[in-house]
Amino acid sequence: MNCGVCTAICPAAEFYNYDPRVIVETVQRGNEEEIEELLKSDTIWYCGECMSCKTRCPRCNTPGLVIMALRKISQELGYFVYSEKGRQQYALKHVIGESILKRGYCVTPDLVKPEMHPEQGPVWEWIYEHLDDVYERTHSNYRQPGAGALREVDSESMDELRKIFDVTGGTEFLEKIDSCSQHVADKEKIDLEEAYFLKTYMENSGRHQ
Amino acid sequence: MNLEGKQQIWKDYQKEIADDRYFYARSCIRQTFFPGSEWAYLDIMKNKLAKDVIDDPRHTTCTGIGYHSDIVPAETIMTVVARHFALMTEAGYENMTPSCITSFGIYTEILETWHHHPEVEEKIREFLWKATKREFKKPRNLAHTSDIIYKFRNEIAAQAKYKLVDVHTGRPLRGVDHIGCHYSKMFPTKGIGGAEFPAVLSGMIYAWGGDVIDYPERRHCCGFGFRQYLVMANRGYSVANSKKKFESMQPYEPDFIVANCPGCAMFMDKWQYTISEMEGTTYGQDGYGIPVLTYEELTALVLGYDPWEIGLQMHQVSVEPLLDKMGISYNPEAKFKNIRGEDIGVPKCPTYLRV
Repeated sequence: MNCGVCTAICPAAEFYNYDPRVIVETVQRGNEEEIEELLKSDTIWYCGECMSCKTRCPRCNTPGLVIMALRKISQELGYFVYSEKGRQQYALKHVIGESILKRGYCVTPDLVKPEMHPEQGPVWEWIYEHLDDVYERTHSNYRQPGAGALREVDSESMDELRKIFDVTGGTEFLEKIDSCSQHVADKEKIDLEEAYFLKTYMENSGRHQ
Repeated sequence: MNLEGKQQIWKDYQKEIADDRYFYARSCIRQTFFPGSEWAYLDIMKNKLAKDVIDDPRHTTCTGIGYHSDIVPAETIMTVVARHFALMTEAGYENMTPSCITSFGIYTEILETWHHHPEVEEKIREFLWKATKREFKKPRNLAHTSDIIYKFRNEIAAQAKYKLVDVHTGRPLRGVDHIGCHYSKMFPTKGIGGAEFPAVLSGMIYAWGGDVIDYPERRHCCGFGFRQYLVMANRGYSVANSKKKFESMQPYEPDFIVANCPGCAMFMDKWQYTISEMEGTTYGQDGYGIPVLTYEELTALVLGYDPWEIGLQMHQVSVEPLLDKMGISYNPEAKFKNIRGEDIGVPKCPTYLRV
């Protein structure tokens, strides 16, 4: 199967120098050197996981899932730090991973800092400056115990969530991202949580289109 | 093709949706950007439709944004979702209704995976027991919360205070629907209308008097792309995809956009501002943007809820042009006040986008 319908429908292929058909072809060829090169490249990080390829593939294959598998292996082997887009996994771990384990949510309002999110615009800036007032007005239970939107997740539930990460390998996976990133930060003589984070969050060489 | 054959084909695009007794799972994105939508949904379900919905505070994120950012392994997210199933089972409920499209896609993917690989389900049961000493039954029915509103759209129409009709001209309002990639692109049989015939939101629009725009990029992704938005360096991907949609829909002069997924709703609202700042381009009438609503907000407006009580002041694109067309009365002075009516300032004005 090499028709390229996945590439025709792919939002990432339209924006980046990216071709899911070629990735699947490379994986199918099974050449270890080629696959290692792929795992160390920017290429596997261009997909947006919208899974439009799943709908359109005439053989019900899903290049997006092949990408997810490659990304997992790239991180398990520590190859993700070889590419600019791969190194961004640290930023994602730092923001989303830590939020999950600290607060029980992938995203919370205080994470969406206006200086990091200028695209959110002046209304979000106003919300951010008045979180308690705005969320109270809209019937939320912001950072309070009990039910409701944005409630504080109770400590027993948080313990269970963290235990699930421990038991299923989630914690180990996040630690792997951390240790590989720490190694790069040490080599560059920069602080992991500040300078390295900002670099992985903001750096764009412009060589991706 | 005869009528019977057509009906048979259309049956493939329907899904079973439970009548009552739902376990509600909140959305990280929806509660952050559209908290009033979650409140309105529960209020409508309980007080307008007299349904039994449980909102158990012990459920957490499903970790879906982490999973699709490739920092959370499959076994981990499956076990977190298994815990949600356990909470549902312990409460005596069988019908799972997530508020988030990413969650809905994940729940669907997990149940499908377990269906084809029972050994994976068994392993997850062991993980859950080891971590929490909990056990679970799989949901008898899984529906996104928009599926529930779709199911009761005619009951809602019967209680409607406002219609999706321009009160000044009598013209049906033209809506753009965006069902979100993970609603049905992965498992088309699990969404109403599948991936080809998006019906879940258009069914609501038609039932409430409006018309639906079928534009070329109707099925295109909003551009979230998980890591493509979450990492600042990648956001060009995200805005470029939304721009493609806006340019495709604009010639049809939509009166509003309604979105299934909270992320899509947020992006299509915020990227209109960003594009206006980047290029001076606006997509609505007279310099405004195209108002973007969640389906809960649309439902609540039709039922006569106060626009500020459901959080429409949290949108960057002003909704007032739509409220005026629908003939909804509202207090402009109250828009940015707190619950006690106190002044807490107002947002700054964008450079080009009229608000």
